[in-house]
Amino acid sequence: MKTEIASSLTRRGFIKSTGVASTGLSLGIMLSQRAGAAEENPAFPAPSDDEFAPNFHLRIGPDGQVTIISQNPECGQGIKTALPMLIAEELEVDWKTVVVEQAGLDDRYERQVAGGSGATPKHFMEFRRLGATAREMLIAAAMEQWGVDRAACSAKHNAVHDVSSGHSLSYAELVAAAATMEVPDVKSVTLKDPSNFTILGKRIPGVDNPALLRGEPLFGIDQTIPGMVHATFIKCPAFGGKVKSANLDVVKRSAGVTDAFVIEGSDKIDELLPGVAILGVDTWSVFKAAKSLVVEWDTADVSDQNTDSFYARAEEISAGEAQSNLRDDGDITQAFLNAEQTVDAYYTYPYASHANLEPQNCTAVVTADSAEIWAPTQLPSWGRDLVAGHLGIPAENIIIHITKIGGGFGRRLISDYMVQCAAIAQKYGKPVKMTWSREEDMQHDHYRAAGWHRFKGGVNSDGEIVAWQDHFVTLGVESDEDTGRGAGISKDEFPCRFVPNFKLGQTIMNTRVPLGWWRAPGSCAIAFATQSFIDELAHAASADSVDFKLKLLGDASQPAANKKQPGYHGGRMSGVVALAAKKIGWGKSLPGGEGLGVAFHFSHLGYVAMGAHVVVSKNGAMKVKRIAAAVDVGQTIMNLSGAENQVEGSIVDAISTAMELQITVANGAVQQSNFHDYPLLRLPDTPVIETHFIQTDFPTTGLGEPAFPPVAPAIANAVFAATGKRIRSMPFNQHDLSWS
Amino acid sequence: MSSYTLKVNGQAMNVEAAPDTPLLWVLRDHLNLVGTKFGCGMGLCGACTVHVGGEAVRSCQLPVSTLGARPITTVEGLDPEGASAVQDAWDEVDVPQCGYCQAGQMMSASALLAKTPKPSDAEIDGAMAGNLCRCGTYSRIRAAVHLAAAKTASV
Repeated sequence: MKTEIASSLTRRGFIKSTGVASTGLSLGIMLSQRAGAAEENPAFPAPSDDEFAPNFHLRIGPDGQVTIISQNPECGQGIKTALPMLIAEELEVDWKTVVVEQAGLDDRYERQVAGGSGATPKHFMEFRRLGATAREMLIAAAMEQWGVDRAACSAKHNAVHDVSSGHSLSYAELVAAAATMEVPDVKSVTLKDPSNFTILGKRIPGVDNPALLRGEPLFGIDQTIPGMVHATFIKCPAFGGKVKSANLDVVKRSAGVTDAFVIEGSDKIDELLPGVAILGVDTWSVFKAAKSLVVEWDTADVSDQNTDSFYARAEEISAGEAQSNLRDDGDITQAFLNAEQTVDAYYTYPYASHANLEPQNCTAVVTADSAEIWAPTQLPSWGRDLVAGHLGIPAENIIIHITKIGGGFGRRLISDYMVQCAAIAQKYGKPVKMTWSREEDMQHDHYRAAGWHRFKGGVNSDGEIVAWQDHFVTLGVESDEDTGRGAGISKDEFPCRFVPNFKLGQTIMNTRVPLGWWRAPGSCAIAFATQSFIDELAHAASADSVDFKLKLLGDASQPAANKKQPGYHGGRMSGVVALAAKKIGWGKSLPGGEGLGVAFHFSHLGYVAMGAHVVVSKNGAMKVKRIAAAVDVGQTIMNLSGAENQVEGSIVDAISTAMELQITVANGAVQQSNFHDYPLLRLPDTPVIETHFIQTDFPTTGLGEPAFPPVAPAIANAVFAATGKRIRSMPFNQHDLSWS
Repeated sequence: MSSYTLKVNGQAMNVEAAPDTPLLWVLRDHLNLVGTKFGCGMGLCGACTVHVGGEAVRSCQLPVSTLGARPITTVEGLDPEGASAVQDAWDEVDVPQCGYCQAGQMMSASALLAKTPKPSDAEIDGAMAGNLCRCGTYSRIRAAVHLAAAKTASV
């Protein structure tokens, strides 16, 4: 880490450093370095001259008002509350005095993205240092005024206190002097001992709650720009089909429609798709006109896509040799010969949609060489770069406002809708708000990849897994060499490193259905297959399934194949498995048709196990009665309310996805269209959920994703316990679970 | 286009819209009351729930021409300070994740509580089954409805 203090500070006390990219410290950038159009960037809430603004995340006004800037998109993961808590904690301000503002896209913030459960591990220490540095400058200002040394001073409740004299100076009184103080070296500031936290670890309601619950315009779809028209954009049902002709004259005569035109688009199915834009006085007018639109699509290249044939091909391919071996530890052939028992099983899972409740939308004001865009985007920089590339606008002339997001789940990492709206607005020459219908949204997603696993496993007479083989058949998009987004598998996929003979082969099928990252990419589905198969092996070994798993995990930490990846700590996982089993009541006797299951998975640096209790009626109706979650994401649970909400939400999302949801494709087009044929879980089917955290002495990590993967296999394992029927494919509602 | 005078949140409001325009889009695009959300357009998700004549209804399924003078309440009109028992309970329980569905959830909950001041879990299930929450905040919604009931009873 290389940090350099500015030789002459600005009056605002901005801190300068170099090596920002390597340190990740947003501490380091001076406002005066902002150049050109960015200086006028209305998306960046710049401080006024009389404020103390020691970094890009914090400013304190002359009246003592503390404003913390939230840099990352908020999509329900609670980051707009959690990251500012880190700064406030170290700054020693009362949480109720803090105002949080959303930043727009600005390249001097690092990692302005909602994804990968990555903000917590990335920023947990860094944002505390942002708060601590500012605190030390305020303390230094008080020391100078009082002529005392650092040891005499403490900061608490928005003020500095002289413990010897009993004097206090509020931050409001210190703002002007603090702005002239030398900025301490970030490495020299002392961070609080976690046992003294007064904000972190508490239950802090979401900072947007008051405005949200009053119905104020926070989301992308709520934005209103003077003079704007409403638009929708109709794309080819078969992915990437081009417009040959369209009855635009008819559409333009529809009531309330002001224009309709073709956007030529490009060949890339994740960028500016070809389609027809319809513009009008309100959203209803353009939705209604879209029903009268008749397009002749050129689908020559794209209409051969069918999920039925993907399934048939995968089943065949998986029985043969893999295209590549990702890993081959030990001697798998010999191990199967020596095994006491071997088990073969074939697991599959379908495509899934993100189904954000807020459909894709965007609002844009675009000229020939500039753009201002309001978007619910998880990755605003990608949207800006797409707009720049497709519309020929210099990136520095594009302003992106990051609105609140009505559900992310990975969908809005891909910014197709932003460039579509910008292209329409540029062509029309007036501000445009583009909204997709639910049907367009469901049929033009970037889907969670379907996948197929052909397993063979072997156990010995001591009840241990001695051999594990998986031929994983997965998807490429216009490639049979690279897996599509979220369709890959780790070379370290569990139980790799925990069994002596392990072989993981992979074959990629070339397809043209767009894929995207979907909450806990890979893990969200792979865990169903691997954790169910481990349960099968436990039963084959006639072992108690929880004992079997604990023995497999052990206590040691196993290194990753690639040193850039995290290792896998068997002891941390054993801890959550044992707790989940205990909390679900493992070992207790249950009435007929009821069963318990346990599963675990490591993803996004989080160790999570789930215990599930299911009830299956004799005619096969299955209900999840209770879920007990055990979670180890390190030392500090930043916001207890937000953390529990993420775990509860992941559980509901995972049940929803496992039980009833799948996307199928016929002749290049998605067959589902709305919530009647993509039926998300509803309140009456929600089980009782308990969340238990184990706080361990490891770095604090994120929680948007890791609670999702172990839910489905815990349920499937419980169904087996209840009925003796092993579920090997999703969705679960396609299985006959009746018993007698 | 036709002219309509609607009674929204206690105020008479004039709009010019096609007769088949759903109330949802009149509220959002014509009256700039965007607290009521678009989710599905088929009455399947409940994000657009408002009160018409005190009943919780899906505004995406109600043409503006059918409304007449019936009083309409949206989330913006639940309480002048935004501090109805339901809104307070939603904040206290910290229900929202993304929050997009929560206006609809609160409108369904407040209509339930108006008729059933102390609802059972089964009554909550029945009244709230039409409102999807993609983030999965259902456990908290249940808790918040009970809390709102308790708050109302104690006033």
